[in-house]
Amino acid sequence: MATEDHVAAAGHGASSPGPSTRPGAGGPIIEVTDLVRSFRQPRTSLLSSPGAVHALQGVTLEVRRGQRFGIVGESGSGKSTLLRLIGALDRPTSGSIRFEGREVTGRSERHLKFLRDDMQFVFQDPMGSLDPRMRVRDIVVEPLVALGRGDNRARLEELLDAVGLPATAADRYPHQFSGGQRQRIAIARALSTRPAVLLADEPVSALDVSVRAQILNLLAGLVRDFDLTMVFVSHDLSVVQRVCDFVAVMQDGRIVEQGATEQVTTNPRHPYTRQLLGAVPSMQAALAGQTAADLAASAATADTDR
Amino acid sequence: MTAPSTPPTPGAASSDRSALVVEGLDVAAGRLGLVHDVTFRLDRGDRVGLIGESGSGKSLTALAIMGLLPDGLSAAGTVHVPTAGAAHDTDVVTARESVVADLRGRVMSMVFQEPMTALNPLMRVGRQVAEVMEVHDLASRGEAKRRSVELLAQVQLRDPGGVARRYPHQLSGGQRQRVMLAIALANDPDVLVCDEPTTALDVTVQAQMLDLIVAGAAERDAALLFITHDLAVVATVCERVMVMYGGHIVETGPTERVFRSPRHPYTRGLVRASDLGPVGSPDGSSDHRPLPTIPGSVPAAGEFPSGCVFRSRCERADQACHVQPPWDGQPDDGWACVHPYDPSVTEGGDHGD
Repeated sequence: MATEDHVAAAGHGASSPGPSTRPGAGGPIIEVTDLVRSFRQPRTSLLSSPGAVHALQGVTLEVRRGQRFGIVGESGSGKSTLLRLIGALDRPTSGSIRFEGREVTGRSERHLKFLRDDMQFVFQDPMGSLDPRMRVRDIVVEPLVALGRGDNRARLEELLDAVGLPATAADRYPHQFSGGQRQRIAIARALSTRPAVLLADEPVSALDVSVRAQILNLLAGLVRDFDLTMVFVSHDLSVVQRVCDFVAVMQDGRIVEQGATEQVTTNPRHPYTRQLLGAVPSMQAALAGQTAADLAASAATADTDR
Repeated sequence: MTAPSTPPTPGAASSDRSALVVEGLDVAAGRLGLVHDVTFRLDRGDRVGLIGESGSGKSLTALAIMGLLPDGLSAAGTVHVPTAGAAHDTDVVTARESVVADLRGRVMSMVFQEPMTALNPLMRVGRQVAEVMEVHDLASRGEAKRRSVELLAQVQLRDPGGVARRYPHQLSGGQRQRVMLAIALANDPDVLVCDEPTTALDVTVQAQMLDLIVAGAAERDAALLFITHDLAVVATVCERVMVMYGGHIVETGPTERVFRSPRHPYTRGLVRASDLGPVGSPDGSSDHRPLPTIPGSVPAAGEFPSGCVFRSRCERADQACHVQPPWDGQPDDGWACVHPYDPSVTEGGDHGD
């Protein structure tokens, strides 16, 4: 049984403590302007036209090179829709997305190769995003094959090593791994094309607590070592706070507040951000006497004290 | 095994406050043991958490207590619900299904993680709340109908009368879970078991749901057994916790003691790994040191090591851990480990400052 270990710590010198020494984020790499995405609802009447769900209602944001950009929101806030649009897995109703200054929207798949090279996804459910009939060796280098790159054997070993999997993992199938190891496989695949941007959609939400910490460490180490830009979507503010240096808070298809993570979490401006912060249970607060009733109260009223 | 590895039952002569007494509970699939020798007692008004990662056996423990184990799984040991009265003080594990069915939904009830699978999709939700009162002959049809709307109002559903006429698919996840709670509370149970009741909910909805669960149990002076993998949630809700790993309770105690100075290495690892830093304080965001982790992952059922179940992932494990560690400390404040951490080293000073 392969053991998952502190990969980020062992493999990448993440053991060096102290604050991040990353250089200040660079120029814009992703620019999203007035992005709107509406989905038509199924027709329920012959007489009236079907309604629409406005998943995104004019989202504007800018991700800078090297940034760890968090998007936080509750279910239905549009956060995953936004990420899918950024990764060109979906087309917006209107608005524009530019990647490294080049317009992404409106291009045919044939003309998105530059994006596929440079942007890779990690999804929430590794079992759902890994083909159960493919061996790990084929899964990890599939993006390279799809892009017509040649011999990938050396690259495979490199990638498995980078995510802390043994070389012997290559010949096995996804179901032979634990949830955390599967997420490592998904991350290895995402890294195969040497992307500039990692798009992560709830990558640790399905994982056990002890494994979640391993994967968060792994992602942090990889982002640093490979100079990645990461867009990290999560419903969990405490995870986003831990991972991201910039955060956008979404509600009902809009960004209600964005800014440096520390700024947003310590001095939230928007009532919804305060409500969200107030609703997150914390062990320290609970041990200091916060009850369920207190939590419900601070989640319901956006009190101005905090 | 001679030395008990789980806490002995405190005060064998149970007080009249005791609501749930579980002794030596085992759950097995054929010869494969999944839950081992679980022993604990809940008094009325207690709020006790059962925490652990997936595969630790916490949900099976709950199902065994409710007499709801799926086919193919068998339980041994005893589960008593003393408040049911002498006539009903039967052992859930060995009693006939008709006897357990009479207890379930009346004396003890359960809220499940996924309300969409627990609710009947073909029945209006008001009817489902009323039904649990009718099957126990605790209300006439008309009375049950009236009570059901009251209960839906109690779990703070807006327009309870309107909600009562809806089907589960017409409700949001949070609304469905409120309906589940209304059903569970309908007959004023003495024992309320909640299995990950808020895991699928958004945080703001979770906060309200936790409040309703605690208040609902308190109003009825019911014992609450709250199962979750989320340590922050359990710290908010429960005054006592039991930590499960590999089907064993490895540590138990007052929430504050267990989380501030965990003695068992697994508890300590879990506490450290789940503490991402307080939200809304500068500590969390500016601190990019690697998080403490527990090496490896939870083994599959049947692949846990012999002796101490945690020794394959434990940094303190040695030869002494090849035999099952005896229970150390008090029955309701102890641990099963031969190399426990020193209580003078508290978690608070370790990180986050």
